[in-house]
Amino acid sequence: MLDVRRRHRPVSVPVAPPAHDVDSPELFAFDDVVVERGGRRVLVIDHAAIPHVRSTAIIGPSGSGKSTLLRLCNRLEAPTSGTVRYVGEDLARMDPVALRRRVAMVFQQPVALDGTVADNLRQGAPAITAWDVEAALVRVGLPADLGDRPADDLSGGERQRLGLARSLLTDPAVVLLDEATSALDPTNAARIEQLVAGLTDRDVHAIWVTHDLDQLRRVADRGIVVVAGRVVQHGPVAQVLDAPIPAVRAFLDGELP
Amino acid sequence: MSTSSIGFGGVAASLVLVAAAVALCRRDRLGLERSIAWATCRAFVQLVAIGGALGLVLADGAPPVLSWLWVAAMVVVGAATVAGRAREVPGLFVLAAVALGTAVAASLLVIFGLGIFPLGPRTIVPAAGMLLGNAIAATVLAARRTVAEIREHRAQIEVRLSLGQTGPESVRPHVGEALRTAIGPQVEQTKIVGIIALPGTMTGLLLAGVDPLDAVLLQTAVMFLILGSVAITSVVVGRGVARRLLTADHRLVLPAPA
Repeated sequence: MLDVRRRHRPVSVPVAPPAHDVDSPELFAFDDVVVERGGRRVLVIDHAAIPHVRSTAIIGPSGSGKSTLLRLCNRLEAPTSGTVRYVGEDLARMDPVALRRRVAMVFQQPVALDGTVADNLRQGAPAITAWDVEAALVRVGLPADLGDRPADDLSGGERQRLGLARSLLTDPAVVLLDEATSALDPTNAARIEQLVAGLTDRDVHAIWVTHDLDQLRRVADRGIVVVAGRVVQHGPVAQVLDAPIPAVRAFLDGELP
Repeated sequence: MSTSSIGFGGVAASLVLVAAAVALCRRDRLGLERSIAWATCRAFVQLVAIGGALGLVLADGAPPVLSWLWVAAMVVVGAATVAGRAREVPGLFVLAAVALGTAVAASLLVIFGLGIFPLGPRTIVPAAGMLLGNAIAATVLAARRTVAEIREHRAQIEVRLSLGQTGPESVRPHVGEALRTAIGPQVEQTKIVGIIALPGTMTGLLLAGVDPLDAVLLQTAVMFLILGSVAITSVVVGRGVARRLLTADHRLVLPAPA
């Protein structure tokens, strides 16, 4: 068994209002944000916001800065300059450990940590009981008796669902999904989409990064388009798809990778 | 001829085996003959030069401070060696200097404080040199493996960070693995000592005509000190390197590969 002696910390971050409460401050706001890597500017945002809708998708060509924008939201990445706010609070002033338990992340590659399936779940919530393990597995459509299996034995789709279950044990208000279905077959991708739709029905906000326009239509209420490190358009998905500005048109027409 | 003084003739005679190795490499076209010859020449010149300098430090009437300066220089050169072998880690020189300096200071305190050796230039320099030689090799390994383990397991570490673990918590399993790799050889060597190979100190003492039991006791003390200093420096450097790859706000920042 893994040695996980960390205790739960008090959450000292703002609680995001429910997804339907659109009059509250923006969920995430980015002001004068610049992210540099190796001396190169990979993301520049004068102002952009992710509102309190159920589900937002960040779309754009490969290497455009979509994942960087997402990683700013749970401070796995920090801006070189500028401010990122979560429900009005400057992330630079917040406890990143507590923030990440409210703003969970599911990554592109399904990752199984060392140990059993139950050990993996305990990485998110060390004090959970065997019953909690079963409930967490059932919640993402995995068999309840999977807890004792080595996590390495799971298939890619099962691992990604385990990753989602692990993240949900921190009781997040927001789930960030970084190309979370791109490494999966269509059946498993659809399962993840259904699970996330179930979460947004229960007022958990979902923010997807995707380059799949069909997925954008299926999962998101709003779209944010990032091209060459800049947010070039944002708005309701229908508006982004039906009235794109020229830079977005080029992406939608497949002229950008 | 005394076994403790073989002279330059003895050294020349020992080259017979090196010459045979070079001939073998040349015959089988292994391309190693130049490396072997260069290593042999370099070691000879280095050791003769060091021997000359040590002669001044250890001469009768030489001020003891020279011995301590010699030890300090060894720590600095050792830290530079460690930093040079893992260039991508920022601030490694200072970290390695602190780790090696602390380990040597603690070891010498034990050696002289508990009366294992009498305090003097003839014991300070060789004891520190022996400890540093082993500690540097393990420290280089600890630094390089820590960076490599963290780089290889970036995805797992970022998953742990995203679950609300702190930076040190998120890298702990991978630092542990790196340290097992760094300290493992010394542990193995300690386990098999005497069974497969006679260690250097003991061999030297036996060749110099010391009673085998005395040689064994001295070797054992030296071995324990080496094991302790290797473990301490590796742990300090491994954890220090990991900290340098983490920010105060618990983000992982990997340096570009050197």
